[in-house]
Amino acid sequence: MTDTSGTAAPAPGASKLRWLVVAIPYLWLVVFFLVPFLIVLKISFSTYAIAQPPYEPVFDQLSTVWERAQQFTLDSYRYLTEDPIYLRSYLSSLRIAAISTVLLLLIGFPIAYGMARAPSNMRTTLLMLVILPFWTSFLIRVYAWIGILKPEGLLTVFLQWIGIFGPDQQVHLLNTDWAVFIGIVYSYLPFMILPLYATLEKLDDTLLEAAADLGARPFKSFWVITVPLSMPGVIAGSFLCFIPIVGEFVIPDLLGGSDTLMIGRQLWNEFNANRDWPTSSAVAVVLLLILVVPIMIFQNYGRRTAQ
Amino acid sequence: MSKTLGPVKRAFAPWTDSAAKPAIEFRNVTKSFGDFVAVGGVSLSIYEREFFSLLGPSGCGKTTLMRMLAGFEEPTSGEILLDGKPLAGVPPYRRPVNMMFQSYALFPHMSVEKNIAFGLRQDGMGKAEIEARVKEMLRLVKLEPFAKRKPNQLSGGQRQRVALARSLAKRPKVLLLDEPLGALDKKLREETQFELMDLQMDLGLTFLIVTHDQEEAMTMSDRIGVMNHGKLVQIATPAEIYEQPNSRYVADFIGNINLIEGTVAALPGGGTRLEAPAAGLVVETDQAIAGGSAGVASFAIRPEKVRISLDRPAGALDGVNMIAGEVWDIGYLGDVSIYRVKLANGAVMKATVANTTRLVSRPISWDDKVWLSWSRDAGLVLTD
Repeated sequence: MTDTSGTAAPAPGASKLRWLVVAIPYLWLVVFFLVPFLIVLKISFSTYAIAQPPYEPVFDQLSTVWERAQQFTLDSYRYLTEDPIYLRSYLSSLRIAAISTVLLLLIGFPIAYGMARAPSNMRTTLLMLVILPFWTSFLIRVYAWIGILKPEGLLTVFLQWIGIFGPDQQVHLLNTDWAVFIGIVYSYLPFMILPLYATLEKLDDTLLEAAADLGARPFKSFWVITVPLSMPGVIAGSFLCFIPIVGEFVIPDLLGGSDTLMIGRQLWNEFNANRDWPTSSAVAVVLLLILVVPIMIFQNYGRRTAQ
Repeated sequence: MSKTLGPVKRAFAPWTDSAAKPAIEFRNVTKSFGDFVAVGGVSLSIYEREFFSLLGPSGCGKTTLMRMLAGFEEPTSGEILLDGKPLAGVPPYRRPVNMMFQSYALFPHMSVEKNIAFGLRQDGMGKAEIEARVKEMLRLVKLEPFAKRKPNQLSGGQRQRVALARSLAKRPKVLLLDEPLGALDKKLREETQFELMDLQMDLGLTFLIVTHDQEEAMTMSDRIGVMNHGKLVQIATPAEIYEQPNSRYVADFIGNINLIEGTVAALPGGGTRLEAPAAGLVVETDQAIAGGSAGVASFAIRPEKVRISLDRPAGALDGVNMIAGEVWDIGYLGDVSIYRVKLANGAVMKATVANTTRLVSRPISWDDKVWLSWSRDAGLVLTD
């Protein structure tokens, strides 16, 4: 844990302060994650009702707990298995997230590698450039992509201007899966680059020199030294992107077509359009359970490499 | 690393043989980084089976010189030849030299045996052959029980051995060692020095070692090249470097020395006379000074060649090669004692006395008036 060797014995007040420091993140998690999650979980076990709120409460009043508890139902979960749209949405989300993560790795790794190899006085500037898009609202940046990708948008104008497209040809990317991939890769790229850069920057150059000295060509050294040693960054970046992409709602909604199935969109429809809170809560709970699996793999990997 | 004593070391001096072909040859090699000249016009020949040390303070260009041989840097001008073939444009992975890095540069994600096998696998050697060679190397550096360990599960000394085994596994023509013992503690360092020497003898390899530790260079090398500010200032055997330094810089860098500045004049018989009136010093040597002309020079003498006595020594020439002073400090090192004697002008001269008997009481003590003296051939007059 913390290394206290070499420091004086802590003052009596210090342990209280330490307890407080440790407690704050837990308190944060309880208030902003655990409690909301329990509320969602509770709603998912209730029955749909046309009312305000549009569900039959289960555990709201202690005096009637037993009476209410009898209304406890798994109907919403059963419903998720009955309508194939949910299974297809989950699978489609996982597929889009997986493809996006691979694309992000393919694009992010060379960028992070180039940044880590750049002269040290340029690295801060490059890092700034990666973070710079965060200064503009995410939503505005996604809207900007509509302006670029729409049939009469900037991309069409550009392609016509350089002569690849004739005056009557247009780009038909908006409202397709392609647009979703472009939007996701663009939006999540910093989250892939930053952890990759952090590991690649720490990579000891003399290891590559040693590999060359022992007869490995540059490309071989890259595969057997650089890539394996950057795995912590690859894994951190992949999960940092994969997990939120699975639940992504804004990008598929704005850039995707009506046939782009993603579970985040399904959840939003259930909640806002159908006002079926129990079903949308069940969708959210199942999504969380699906994502717990990769998170656990990630943590397990982290523990293993830390040893 | 065998403990059995080998045959007596033969007189090995190919550099005195004009017919001998050097294994490595630097021809007027210069390397600049921008305005900074790291290596300036170095010419050097190293022979097969030689143990050669590049010695100098940090930043003197010795590591750059070695890195140019390994291929990590290209010379700005000049030429490097290996077995008579120029190395210019040959990438590091094609050079038949291997390097042991100062930081060891072990691959952290590979086990000890994978590290050692790395170079062999690049050569496309057969699996069984690799296995046999790795085993042989592990035995050589006594790390057989640690084959499956990762580098971070080893001690500093063990890591050093893995690095050595890895660089030796390919049986390179020349092994380059960059401060190989720098990270080891004194005792382990001394042990390893002798192991390295045995290994070099047994395998018949050419070793080029970079070090800032003069003791290390003295112990192990056939020859030493002393570097300063990117230039090789002297190339000679350890004994020559110590006894015949060619400049004040080398004299001062290697071992302990007294340096006293004075004016010199040639003596009729071919010797030299140096006078430093402020210190009350008159020196006469049989050595002829370069150019033979009068001028400013330094008298250099090692402390162990200075005799110390309470009585005025009876010399052939009274007042020459002797000086009076007062004991200012005594350093007791166990095997020897170092007397620091203050001269008339306040300068300090050191004299080392071997403690050949058990010390009960000092015949010469603090504040005693003493005489320092030496023979005609004990010191050197250095003009550089």
